Amino acid sequence: MVKKSMKQPTIEIKHLVKTYGMVTAVRDVSFTVGEGEIFGLIGPDGAGKTSIIRILVSLLHADSGEALVQGKSVDGAIAYVRAHVGYMPQRFSLYPDLTVEENIDFFGDLFAVPASLQKTRKEKLYDFSKLGPFKKRRAGALSGGMKQKLALSCMLMHEPKVVVLDEPTFGVDPVSREEFWNILKQLSANGTSILVTTAYMDEARLCDRVGLIFEGSLLAVDTPEHLVNTFPTPIYRLSGSAPHVLYEALAQTPLKNRISLFGDGVHILDTQGEGPEALRRQISDIDAPWDALEPIAAGMEDLFLSLMKE
Amino acid sequence: MTEQALYSVEVDKLTRKFGNFTAVDAISFKVNKGEIFGFLGANGAGKTTAIRMLCGLLSPTSGQARVAGFDVYTEYEAIKQNIGYMSQRFSLYEDLTVRENIQFYGGVYGLSREAIKNKTEELLDFLKLHEQADKLTVSLPLGWKQRLALSTALLHNPDIIFLDEPTSGVDPVSRKNFWLLIYSLAASGKTIFVTTHFMDEAEYCNRVSIMREGRIVELDDPVQLKQRYHADTMQQVFMSAVKEKDV
Repeated sequence: MVKKSMKQPTIEIKHLVKTYGMVTAVRDVSFTVGEGEIFGLIGPDGAGKTSIIRILVSLLHADSGEALVQGKSVDGAIAYVRAHVGYMPQRFSLYPDLTVEENIDFFGDLFAVPASLQKTRKEKLYDFSKLGPFKKRRAGALSGGMKQKLALSCMLMHEPKVVVLDEPTFGVDPVSREEFWNILKQLSANGTSILVTTAYMDEARLCDRVGLIFEGSLLAVDTPEHLVNTFPTPIYRLSGSAPHVLYEALAQTPLKNRISLFGDGVHILDTQGEGPEALRRQISDIDAPWDALEPIAAGMEDLFLSLMKE
Repeated sequence: MTEQALYSVEVDKLTRKFGNFTAVDAISFKVNKGEIFGFLGANGAGKTTAIRMLCGLLSPTSGQARVAGFDVYTEYEAIKQNIGYMSQRFSLYEDLTVRENIQFYGGVYGLSREAIKNKTEELLDFLKLHEQADKLTVSLPLGWKQRLALSTALLHNPDIIFLDEPTSGVDPVSRKNFWLLIYSLAASGKTIFVTTHFMDEAEYCNRVSIMREGRIVELDDPVQLKQRYHADTMQQVFMSAVKEKDV
């Protein structure tokens, strides 16, 4: 499940708690990230993802609990963490007036990468990110997807073995997101440990393991396959040309707490284990046209929705 | 004028160049009244430039466009009065209450006191925000803030609502509830023009266009598009459409 699980985890998050005044942002969160593993922290805005990340990279103090990087407690090893962890914050923090190349050079100098190494690493990163043809373009003039790849490249100039990315694909289109994830896969294959946050449920399947987080609490931690395969409740999809009309109609029936609107139809949880015939009877008199009722495998969003309701 | 327009948005060979770079390259499409129109594309494909022209914020290089019946070249002020706009980076005053935010924006749009009062109640009703009405905006969960942001974009009763990635970062339940609101707006005759990077939301649209390098490469309803690409999801359609035309 965890690659090279015999080794000490690269990142350890132990019973973290963080409050801001009356608001508890992180509630007793624990998980680990193994060497070469891609761990995805998945949840909506305000779930506590950024607080955890900021504690891990030594920018924020926890109320209690501990974060460790390669066995060292972050609080006692701030310089170590900053030198060894590559951190990509949520906000684009590059210099828009500098070119792609100037930004990469700047971060190379900042992390004291010897000049003799800078050139080869830069070429490698251009290869990786396909940013080579754009190296003379001002960073401010790049598209959203390219900006994210540049921020990642800058952060990789000192070749950190631990990489922490806070919503790197926010606002990025599906094609650029795929490219970005391919880069993460290559890094991971080379032994880099990656902690990445996202609000896109569909990115869960690209991670080795995921933690689903909502309102400060981890709801589940496991491999994405295991999470969806062990979903306990049978799900049926009621499809039709206008799923929202179906949803509104079903919301008037006793099924109302067991339905969710999806792009492909309305998903109905068979919490009572009644089976398709019983469900079909219950929907027979709704005043909306539908095409088919069929069993489907749970997806990450089905799981998340059901955990949220608990 | 709006009454006579057949389409909410009518675009013909609309083009915008920046120097030698053609950001929007002769796009043409029509959006029906009451339609939910998904405006998709990769980052940098020209969506934002196109939207800015349609909202009367940027002058086209060539081509024609009418929004709510008004010409983008000459009647851009009228366009602004007849559209609502909401983006993921919505701007609410966090230290005002929900009600105060609505009243403030009512003032910005130049509504009368009476109209603001009526409209506030109507919107609190519609968005089911009554319980939150006198809470400070800062204390609201993101999903509620998003509803409030939508309500401020509806204050002046616009015919067309532009939604620019309205649901980014919102939890799945709030996203679904937001879409149910969108449907009820469309059912009441409003035209919805929406951009999103969530491809499951593309499935919710009546029709979608997909932009690539300044051009519209696909325009149809999701069912037709999925058939054409032999795809199960709009995600697959999008990936193929954007890559196929790559050469």
